[in-house]
This record gives sequence, C-alpha cells and structure tokens, in this order.
Amino acid sequence: MNFNFSGAVLSQAIASGIMLGGLFALISIGLTLIWGVMKIINFAQGEFLMVGLYLAYFLVAWGHIDPYITILVTVPFMFFFGIGIFRATISPILKDPVMNQIMLTLGVSLILQNLALMLFSANVQSVHTRYATWNIHIGPVVISAPQLIALFGSVICTLAVWYFLKTTDSGRAIRASAQNPTAATLMGIDVPRTYLLAFGLGSATLGLAGSLMIPFYYTQPTVGVFLGLIMFIVVVLGGMGNLVGCFVGGLVIGLAETVGAAVFPGSLARVFTFSIFIIFLLFRPQGVLSKRQT
Amino acid sequence: MSLKMPYIRILVVGALICLLPLVLDTFYMHIAVLVLIWAFLACAWNIIGGYAGQHSLGNGLYMGIGAYTVAYLVNRFALTPWVGLLVAIALSAAAAAFIGWIVFRYALKGAYFALVTIALTEAAVYVVSNIPALGGAGGMQMEYRGNSLAYMQFAGQSGYFYMGVLMVVFILLLTQWYKSKRFFYQLIAVRENEDAAEALGVDTVKAKIKANVMSGVLCAVGGVFYAQYFLYVGPRSVFGEVVSVQILIYAIVGGLGTTWGPVVGAVLLVPLSEIARGQLGNSLPGSQLLLSGVVMVLTMLFMPFGIIGAVARLRQRWQHRSATPLVDSQGGEAS
Repeated sequence: MNFNFSGAVLSQAIASGIMLGGLFALISIGLTLIWGVMKIINFAQGEFLMVGLYLAYFLVAWGHIDPYITILVTVPFMFFFGIGIFRATISPILKDPVMNQIMLTLGVSLILQNLALMLFSANVQSVHTRYATWNIHIGPVVISAPQLIALFGSVICTLAVWYFLKTTDSGRAIRASAQNPTAATLMGIDVPRTYLLAFGLGSATLGLAGSLMIPFYYTQPTVGVFLGLIMFIVVVLGGMGNLVGCFVGGLVIGLAETVGAAVFPGSLARVFTFSIFIIFLLFRPQGVLSKRQT
Repeated sequence: MSLKMPYIRILVVGALICLLPLVLDTFYMHIAVLVLIWAFLACAWNIIGGYAGQHSLGNGLYMGIGAYTVAYLVNRFALTPWVGLLVAIALSAAAAAFIGWIVFRYALKGAYFALVTIALTEAAVYVVSNIPALGGAGGMQMEYRGNSLAYMQFAGQSGYFYMGVLMVVFILLLTQWYKSKRFFYQLIAVRENEDAAEALGVDTVKAKIKANVMSGVLCAVGGVFYAQYFLYVGPRSVFGEVVSVQILIYAIVGGLGTTWGPVVGAVLLVPLSEIARGQLGNSLPGSQLLLSGVVMVLTMLFMPFGIIGAVARLRQRWQHRSATPLVDSQGGEAS
C-alpha cells in the first residue's frame, strides 16, 4: 500500500473522484427510481446503459452529430426502449416473487449483452470529439470539461426527476403507487400505467447518461457489467428510491474508487469499493440518509 | 410408491448413463462431462437456492475456492489433488460458514442476500487477480502428470465421465436422503415462511448457515473437478458473476427445489449451448449466452417452477381435470 502520496496526488484524486461520483450518480438515478417505485430490481439496468452508450456512439461516430445534441434522440429512444422491455418481460411477472423478477432481468441482461456482442463485436469503441481535449486547470488539479458537464448533467437530472416527482400529477401518482399500490388504485390511479411511466423514465435517464458519457468514456458489450454493479452499490448506499441519497452514494463510491486507486496497488481498489458495499448492506441496508423503515 | 423407489431410480439412471461412452465420440463425450460438471454444481446450488430459498448469486466464490486450492497445491507442492480436495472442502466450509454467519445474522434476505453474494464473488475476482502466486489475472495452468486416479487425471474423457457420474449420483442420493430429514424440512419451512418457521421453533439462522456450508462445500468439490478436467483455472472462469449465474440457470430452468431439476436443466441446456458455441462460436460470438438468456426469460415468463414444475402441473391437471387444481407454491415436487 502507498500512503506516501503528495497533496497534489490526493487533491487530483479527490477532484477526479467527485467527477466520477457525479457520473455514478447519474447512471444510478434510473435504478433507484425503478427499485423504489416498483420494488423491482432491474439487473439489466447496466445493459440499458450499454444500449444508450452504443446509440450515442453511433450517432456521433457515424451520424457526425454533436454528442450533446444526441440527447434529443437518446432520451426518447431509451424511454420507449424501457417501456418495450417492461411490456414484453417485466409487466407479466410483476406479482411473482422477487427472485423470479431478478432471474428474469438477469436473462434480459444476458440477451442484451450478447446481442451487442454479435452485432458490434467485443471491440472497445470510443469517439474523438473536440471536447475531449478541453481541460480546466485549478491549481495543480486538472478537470476535463466533458466530465464536468456530466457532473452538471447529473445534478440537473437529479433535480429534474425530484421536481417531477414532487410537483406534477404524474409524479405524485408514481409516489403514491410506490407507497401503496392498492390505495393508489382506489384513488383512481392507473397503477400499471404509472409503473410503465416510471420504468420508461428510469430507462430514459440512461439515454442521457449515454450521451453525456460518450465524449470521455467508451462502450463495449460488457461495459454494463461493472457499471451495473456500481449502480447497485450506489443505490444501496443511498437507499432505494432516495434521489438525494443516490447522489451522495455516487460521490462516496466515486471517491472510494479514485482515492482507493491512489492507495491500493492494481485493481485491488475495486475490493475496497465492494467492501464498502458489503458493510453497508450488513449495517445500513436502508441507505445513508434514509431512516430505518418499520 | 415405495420409499426406496426414488433411490433406485437414481441408481438405475446412473448405471444406464455409464453405457454412454460406448456410443459417444470425443466431442460428445466432452459435452457429457460438461453436463455432469454443471449438473453437479447446479445440484449443489439447489440446496441453498432451491430448498432454503436463499438465491445466492455468488456460488462461484466456493467453486473458485475449490478450483484455486487444488490448482495451487498441485502446482506449488506437487501434492495429489485428493489432498487438495480435502483442503478445498475445509476452506470452503470455513468461508461458507463465516459468510453465512455474518449475512444471516444480520437477516439479509431476498435481493440483498443476492447482492452481497455477487459483491463477494466479484471481490474475489479482483483479489485473486492481484495475487502473483495464484497466477494473477492470467490464472494457472496445471501440469498433466499422466493417466492415474492418484493424480485425478485421465488420458481420455471417460475417466472424467465416470467420476462425474459418481459425483452426480452421490449428490442426487444425498439430496433425496436429506429430503426426508428434519434439516430439509426446516429449510423448506424457512423458504415458505421464515417468521412462521421461527415461531415454530426452527433456528432459521442456523439452518440457513448449514445449508450455505453444504452448498458451498459441494460447489468447491465441483470446482476441484472442474480444475482437474480443464487443467486450468482463471479468475473469471471459476469466480465471478458470470459463472455464478451459469451455476443457477440450470437449477432454475430444470426446477428449483426438486431433486432432479438441476440435472434436467443441465442435460437440456449444456449440450444446446455447447453446440451453439461449436457451430456459431466464430461467426456469432455470444450465441450460447444469448440462448441462456432467452431460456431464462422464457422460463420465468411461462414456467416459473421450471420444467419439473411444469410437468408436475400438467400431470396434476390431467389427474384432477374436473377437480380444483391443487397447486403448492413450488409447483409440486417430483420425487
């Protein structure tokens, strides 16, 4: 282990950790929404992100569209993609035991991952845009502009979803269905339609994530495996359905990854991240900020 | 049906399977050995996942412990794999007991249990990849020492095949035997309603830990066999989420919490995916996993109790065509 790093290394690690954390928070919003509303744990969420990343990649690399304009395509596409998947697979087994739903979404993730492998090959794909070289220097710390934009996107997306859930009728319907589906039905809420909307929304955030990530990230069929696990870690840390917790959880894991990488050799930093996850599952499965539910 | 019938059925099927090497060529013998390996692992998973209802998504951890222990001891100290097997059993039992104790003491269940087990098996991948003595990310090759039972190595596949048959017959007999014992009744009670089981005086934590140890040790034994057959272990080939999911697919497709379910699942799916890999592996990589995914989704949508459950239900419907269908929560046990 290496504890003799300089202040510069540490401040860079912290800055990068905050950037990475914003990214982790952004990709986890959908999962926390879906998990919180439907109590369905979508194990294919990482693969949804993979689809979003590929879509953004093709639009930028082949369509020569500015990555930030592809949002206009990726977000609606992922919304309807999520709704399609929900209709075809998850909606028929909404009342089945949790484990059946997990197995089903695991199956969906295997299908998406290997379809991508067949169609796009295992090669790592990335785009080169003019944004890639834009850096911001603050003292000894270097921050890349696309990552900073992704962090802003993450904050805005969190606030937007929060505002939507708090103030709009559809948002209230989603929260009501999350609290008590039966009572919500009695109040005249179309709960299945609400679920569809929440799932579509949770998927659409990954379209946004795909567009914001593609200028500085890469895509490949297995990109969702690790990022999917990160989503789970972030959501458990934040507490399912808790948007602010999701953001905090994202930052914690982002910092754990970068500071861990500065301290631990090789990929052992990952073990550090997983340890945080396991400790949280054991001692605070309700998340950092949420109160224990009775 | 007499009480001995299920045992006799296992032994008869096992004896008949032993005739297969007479008709199968090398390619199909390889598939047959793979079927036996995965059937054994799926049966092992079935104890914690099927009977106790705790869906571990990380049994690759124990398989990996078994495989790596034997590979390391054989390579480093030139020990016979049989010693490695004993060490692997001890290590996996300790790991499964410790993990079970922590996880069940804190009453993690359902999705949270699944997530912890994934995290553990994924963490194991990164730990092993960073230990040079264990071959790091590249894994370890094992030396071929010649055709000998003492080295658990055989020239052709038939040696492995007979060993695999013995192992699967053993685990089937074990499962069948435990099914009439208090222990498995406790597990099923935990699965069906944990609070009620607790109220009736079942030490649910202890029962679940025992199931985790049994399942883990058997998975480690499967891992030892896996290592001896392939003479190679790698972090992602025996640890990790992908292997862990593969272990349980067969049990789920065949029928959770039934003696034969995992075997039926492996017999149907392993050849399918191996042939897909052989035929389409180059032109369409990933076809075998795509197939697994499709089968998993279809199983959950149309026969959540697996093939055995679906058959039992059909049979029930046939017998009680006019009466109200009697369906228990596991779709009926085929004994």
